[in-house]
Amino acid sequence: MEILVCVKRVPDTSENEIEVNSDGSDIERDDLVYSVNEWDNYAVEEAIQIRDKVGGCVTVVTIGDEEDEEVLRRQMAMGADQGLLLSDEAFMGSDGRGIASILKAAVEKGKYDLILTGAQADDGAGQVGGMLAAMLDLPYASLVNAIEVMDGGRIKVGREIAGGNQEMNEMTLPCVLSIQTGINEPRYVGIRGIRKVASVEIPVMGAADLGISADSVGEAGAKVKRLDYFVPVLGEGAEMLEGSTDEIIEKLVEILKSKGGIK
Amino acid sequence: MARQIFAYILHKNGKADDTALELAAAAGKIDADAAVTAIVTGTGGDLEAVCTEVATAYTQVWKLDSAELAYPNAEAVRKALVGVIPAGSIVLVSHEHLGMDLAPGLAIKLDTAYLPDAVDIAGLEGDLLKAVRQEYTGQVSTHVTCDISSGAVITVRPGGFAPEASAKGGQVVDKSGELGDLSSGRKFMEVVQAEAGDVDITQSEILVAVGRGIEDQDNLEIIDELAETMGGDVACSRPIVDAKWLDKSRQVGTSGLSVKPKVYLALGISGSFQHVGGIKGNPFIVAVNKNAKAPIFQIADVGVVADILEFVPELTEKIGEMKG
Ligand SMILES: Cc1cc2nc3c(=O)[nH]c(=O)nc-3n(C[C@H](O)[C@H](O)[C@H](O)COP(=O)(O)OP(=O)(O)OC[C@H]3O[C@@H](n4cnc5c(N)ncnc54)[C@H](O)[C@@H]3O)c2cc1C
Ligand SMILES: Nc1ncnc2c1ncn2[C@@H]1O[C@H](COP(=O)(O)O)[C@@H](O)[C@H]1O
Repeated sequence: MEILVCVKRVPDTSENEIEVNSDGSDIERDDLVYSVNEWDNYAVEEAIQIRDKVGGCVTVVTIGDEEDEEVLRRQMAMGADQGLLLSDEAFMGSDGRGIASILKAAVEKGKYDLILTGAQADDGAGQVGGMLAAMLDLPYASLVNAIEVMDGGRIKVGREIAGGNQEMNEMTLPCVLSIQTGINEPRYVGIRGIRKVASVEIPVMGAADLGISADSVGEAGAKVKRLDYFVPVLGEGAEMLEGSTDEIIEKLVEILKSKGGIK
Repeated sequence: MARQIFAYILHKNGKADDTALELAAAAGKIDADAAVTAIVTGTGGDLEAVCTEVATAYTQVWKLDSAELAYPNAEAVRKALVGVIPAGSIVLVSHEHLGMDLAPGLAIKLDTAYLPDAVDIAGLEGDLLKAVRQEYTGQVSTHVTCDISSGAVITVRPGGFAPEASAKGGQVVDKSGELGDLSSGRKFMEVVQAEAGDVDITQSEILVAVGRGIEDQDNLEIIDELAETMGGDVACSRPIVDAKWLDKSRQVGTSGLSVKPKVYLALGISGSFQHVGGIKGNPFIVAVNKNAKAPIFQIADVGVVADILEFVPELTEKIGEMKG
């Protein structure tokens, strides 16, 4: 099975507090720790497990610049067979549709049975997988939390739906799936694994290689544009307890008692 | 010509979802003069009932009846919508499990812009719609513009728009005759119901909920101890279940359980809308988080900025002392 997994390098929210910069034009990027998008990590693990079961090859692809290449190496250290970096000035500032159309061009350069994306990335959009599938005219399922390869070019796919329930589908290959967290337990990637793939050549493709016209993607092609960042103010907010830890705990115990929080 | 707005209505067991009214409110915020049509897909008596129900909030309701739409398989629903929605329309869909499955591809097939997970609408100038979104699980918000000159599919954050009571007395129009082939390479088989856990957190009065801030499975002990001392039950956010540290039956949120305790402690939980969406019945919420800017503090009643690994054992000890 030829599997393509789309991955994105994002600020790691478990390592950073995300803050708006002074003029609201961006988040504060100094000292940010980046990692692979959590959902994509599950997607790569799933791809590796499928390959190990039925054979084939896992390719990880990202759209970005030289810095973003590190997530490809990380996922290759995890077990992906090869990486592909899609990089071009013209790609900068793409909206979700732009990203999906760049990925579409890359998919059409290869021959994949299964294309995986994460359910969503750092901006919480959850759009690229569904768009890519529609552009390729392939069957699609989102929020996938179980995959079982069957005979005859079909797979059984579980989707997460409300209330912890699961929707089971049968799909034909090739198809596009967006992976939800929790589908598997992603393996640990050590520094030694990353060193092993440090010198592997990762091919780079630009707009011309992919046959993409520069004005259809990037800032120029974007219908959705971000104007600014700001810190939301919702309602009154909590009453913040202050003082020494002892004082805070004393106050909190009183409050909990009065609200029926201690039986 | 007036702009056309469509709202795709979610429903279950013959009842429209709460978001049906929220989409009407969002449509009004986008363009108060627009003609707003609800689209309901399904089959039989349930579909009929939902159409009648939503006609109170919409000037027009389009009914799409087909056995193939009995279960809302997003691939079939998308084909149905693409078949009936005119070019250049604005289509509103709720940003939840079905909406996320349906909407991105719908935008491609209708060849419109796609604006995901709008939490508010800030205005419309010509063909530029200004909206508010959130990034990084709600840690920051953004204003975005969306060029709607050739239409748009917009998913709307559940709970983001206050529903308005209205009496539109809309007309139900049966559009089923316009449905074409709905088959696709994805066939719906069945829904597997979630398994019940050892404790039913939907019945708990006191919930001690823990999130990724707990850092390590071994640390869960301090949460167990606090819950026990308070006489409550342990609940959690999704990453704790994803890591297999707690059972799915302990997860609060849109893809977990809806709970309605009297008191809810959120410990090391950032406050994503998918988590908070499962906290119902307006409980008294106490949040403890080491990040003073965590979104959870916006919805909590009382907040403490602290490291839960230090704070929780001390709190447990104090309550223990008090109870004697
Ligand atoms: C379709 C979909 C459905 C989802 N359904 C659900 C759902 O049902 N339920 C759910 O919970 N999530 C759900 N999610 C996931 C959701 O988007 C968030 O990713 C998740 O809720 C985050 O959990 P968290 O707050 O525990 O972790 P994080 O967002 O990582 O937050 C951890 C918090 O802990 C704080 N912290 C870290 N260390 C400490 C410490 N030592 N002391 C104190 N504080 C500390 C941090 O400041 C941070 O605020 C869903 C996502 C999707 C896409
Ligand atoms: N720059 C990118 N390069 C490669 N894949 C991406 C990129 N951006 C988004 N994706 C994929 O699309 C998924 C959903 O992201 P989004 O639609 O942006 O929330 C991610 O989990 C990735 O799999």
